[in-house]
Amino acid sequence: MNDVLAFIVSTLHATVRAGTPLLFAVLGTIFTERSGIVNLGLEGIMLIGAIGGFVVSYNTSSLLLAILVAMIAGAVLGLIHAFFTVTLKINQIVSGLAITMLGSGISGLWGKDYIGVFAKRFDIISIPFLSDIPVVGRVLFQHDLLVYISFIAVPLMWFYIYKTRGGMTLRAVGEAPEAADARGINVFFVRYLYTIIGGSITAIGGAYLSLAYNSMWIENMTAGRGWIAIALVLFATWDPYKALLGAYLFGGITALGLRMQAIGTHISPDFLKMLPYLLTIVVLFFTSTDTLKRKVGAPASLGIPYSREDRT
Amino acid sequence: MTIKIEKRLSTPKYLSIVVPIISVFVALLIMFIILTIFFMGRLGSFAAAFSETCLAYQELISWPFFNQYGLYSTISKMVPLAFVALGLSFAYKMKIWNIGGEGQLYMGAMAATWAALFLFRGINSPLVLITLVAIFSAIAGALWALIPALMKAYAKTDEIVVTLMLNYVAIFWVDYLVYGPWRDPKGFGFPGTAAFGQSAMLPTLFDGNVHIGVFIAIALAIVLEYINRKTRWGFNSQVVGDNVRAATYSGIKVKSYTIISLVVSGAIAGLGGGIQMMGMQHRLMHGFSPGYGYTAIIVAWLGKLNPIAIIFVSFLFGGLLVGNDQLQMFYKLPISLISIFQGLVLFCLLGGEAIAAYRLRLEKAKEVPAHE
Repeated sequence: MNDVLAFIVSTLHATVRAGTPLLFAVLGTIFTERSGIVNLGLEGIMLIGAIGGFVVSYNTSSLLLAILVAMIAGAVLGLIHAFFTVTLKINQIVSGLAITMLGSGISGLWGKDYIGVFAKRFDIISIPFLSDIPVVGRVLFQHDLLVYISFIAVPLMWFYIYKTRGGMTLRAVGEAPEAADARGINVFFVRYLYTIIGGSITAIGGAYLSLAYNSMWIENMTAGRGWIAIALVLFATWDPYKALLGAYLFGGITALGLRMQAIGTHISPDFLKMLPYLLTIVVLFFTSTDTLKRKVGAPASLGIPYSREDRT
Repeated sequence: MTIKIEKRLSTPKYLSIVVPIISVFVALLIMFIILTIFFMGRLGSFAAAFSETCLAYQELISWPFFNQYGLYSTISKMVPLAFVALGLSFAYKMKIWNIGGEGQLYMGAMAATWAALFLFRGINSPLVLITLVAIFSAIAGALWALIPALMKAYAKTDEIVVTLMLNYVAIFWVDYLVYGPWRDPKGFGFPGTAAFGQSAMLPTLFDGNVHIGVFIAIALAIVLEYINRKTRWGFNSQVVGDNVRAATYSGIKVKSYTIISLVVSGAIAGLGGGIQMMGMQHRLMHGFSPGYGYTAIIVAWLGKLNPIAIIFVSFLFGGLLVGNDQLQMFYKLPISLISIFQGLVLFCLLGGEAIAAYRLRLEKAKEVPAHE
């Protein structure tokens, strides 16, 4: 019985770890999409965050600086996406694909000489008292700093989006840019701002992989997490709390797959590795119909460029 | 005189050729700068980095396009690119974003291997066997695309992420087979199947350096061009791509068009996988594609979804893939260099198109301003 409990606890602990990079990516993208911009470049942004953070940590041993650089790198890709989609109004889907290619390419080039080396990483900080609680303590309070930041980020973001003026502006721009414009809100500025912020938060998710989860740089180490995060934004219906749920659901399936490999089941590891991707498809299927989207409140102008000339 | 920027009513024809060409050059230029910066980190001085980049560029262009053996490799790499890009363009015309070309290619290759090594190993006639293997690979690609097609048609599921996720699933599936049940027992632990029999190999030209897959790709492009221009399907799919609502009102069955376009798109990519197996590799291997399915997205876009143009662009990108391999070998550059280039080309292309939608006009100052 104790073995079973230990297995469950360690799997749940791994769930939080595996879910955290997804959580950051989803939170960042909720910001971006709330302003009406679809960004399919998450995979590239996460990779650039992963290598940016890793290189700085390796060279300076400062994790604060590492996260900062990762965020700036993500912000730059966000800025590029914003320039092409907001100013030039090109197809947001194709721009996102280009961001992914650019991000994975540049991260590969940048990281070429950093393969197989070790950098300063985020250590486990057990929170006094809380980490002593049986089960819950191990699952939730024996993690690194970034995990705790993600815990705090979720309610903060929810509060910001629903309860503050800034959040209201953000939602207005995503829902009805014409009306927001008429009210004197600078739609272009807001979309730029949140695409950039979204990029920088997403990049933290990537940095989590290279500085905490794997603690090294591996080319294309995100392995599709950016795309899974895109599906999770739909699953979360643009709500930070549900984002947490979704990210841990996927973290859980990843962790379970890894645990099952470790204890040696008869299922091939290749099939276990498919699980998160298959689950993504299932999740997309159940969150996909138009009526459902309208019911849960997708930003009404999502993916539609705003143009003052073409206003009718 | 004042210079006025105004939106063009329609983009002139010549720009649709000029813009892609300029984009490629601008992307090469930007990549030159990125590479120089990268080499500066390695070599220290700007002068050394600049000359190193020049040498790298010379290698990138001269071997794949101006050397006989380089050209053979270029054509070999061009074939899978052309097939997948032709397939993708078939769906993109209807604004259906199939980015699962990689997975469909893998599934095609898997089915080809199944057919050639296990199912029909008794068949000795090359013509029959090659035809059967080709059909199997196309069906596998089609079935792999049928999943997102049905989801999109009946549940309005976004096809982008689904097709992409299926890439990973297909790659893991192939991994399972080549590391497990299909592994060649005489392969010294190498993750690959046994080689195809002689009768399942495509005929070759130029002393066996080029297989006939390239001609099949060209023939396919001509057929697709004909479908686009002369058939009802071509016209209707264009209408669906331009305006779904208009298509629905004019009685086009958008659902069936969605399903068929994705399935055909997958079948062509799958066929590409089969051709790659029969013509080039003769065995299924772990990670046999250096991202053909993703490069093909750029090829399709740069070719403006025109099948004939796609053949030329896939030649160009086949060459760039070969040149990229050269750089990887001789300059210790990562394989991901090609991704940077692809991203840059895409941005230049789209940016160029956005700019080309406007024009500058000189206006005489004395002219009375038009009434707003």
